[in-house]
Amino acid sequence: MSTAVEVTKEAFEIGGRTFRSRLIVGTGKYRSFEEMKAAHRASGAEMVTVAVRRVPLDRKTESFLDHLGPELTILPNTAGCYTAEEAIRTARLAREALQTDLIKLEVIGDQTTLFPDNEQTLEAARVLVGEGFTVLPYFTDDLIMAKKLLDAGCAAVMPLAAPIGSGLGVQNPANLAIMREQLSGATIIVDAGVGTASDAAIAMELGADGVLMNTAIAEARDAEQMATAMRLAVEAGRRAYLAGRMPKRLYASASSPLAGVAR
Amino acid sequence: MQIRLNGETKEVADGTTLQRLVEQLSLAPDRLAVELNCEVIRRTDWPRVTLFEGDRVEIVHFVGGG
Repeated sequence: MSTAVEVTKEAFEIGGRTFRSRLIVGTGKYRSFEEMKAAHRASGAEMVTVAVRRVPLDRKTESFLDHLGPELTILPNTAGCYTAEEAIRTARLAREALQTDLIKLEVIGDQTTLFPDNEQTLEAARVLVGEGFTVLPYFTDDLIMAKKLLDAGCAAVMPLAAPIGSGLGVQNPANLAIMREQLSGATIIVDAGVGTASDAAIAMELGADGVLMNTAIAEARDAEQMATAMRLAVEAGRRAYLAGRMPKRLYASASSPLAGVAR
Repeated sequence: MQIRLNGETKEVADGTTLQRLVEQLSLAPDRLAVELNCEVIRRTDWPRVTLFEGDRVEIVHFVGGG
């Protein structure tokens, strides 16, 4: 019982901000604003990501931000940037527009896989940390890279589970487990690749502090229902991690006493 | 004179300020950010910044993303 109470009170901190939810969700790919808003509510997420793009000059646009709950913390991203310089400029624009120091740093290295360019990401992270940003970098699930990003002053590290939008789930659980063990004090958020609720639970069971996802909810047949599933999965995975799972055994271990069977 | 606005060539009157440009485009100024020749220009400075021939202006807002 005590664990249940502790978990609900357990705070999730990023850059001095405290959250109850360990689920961060995106705002892309939804079929309608109504669907997005319903999914956001169902997810229980307190932070949502947005992208920075040129204002179209040929038509009137409404402010996308008006469709986000006023209570949500907005995490702008640098998605679509292929160099440190582009990402730094995008981060500065986001900060000016939103008056936030939060930035999800994403420097893409390849169009087909959308795998991150870790070298450019690190370079951008160093500059942005120096400018006072709270930097949350998306990167390949690599321990050494995580250490370098943390040394550079990133507030958390966000390793991918699988390619962005692939829905393949955690492809390398050992890497995430190693990262958790070796970086016990760091905030680790699994970002990208989750496809369904069990994927989110696995990420959390491996010791991630949070999960960031977009497509898994937005592309579900029923986004609101999947958002609920993700909320529960993240919480279930977190509790399982804190509970400490039983050891795996190759052979059976009887749960009922072996002696005293009536014969 | 001509400037580059969001990657497109645009004709603007001499002496146009960033403030005037944003107004001419009928953009709601809140939650926008403006970059002039790769430098972010704070909203409070828009009225003071005059554009020149060949300036590169980027005006961005937010869209859905992950």
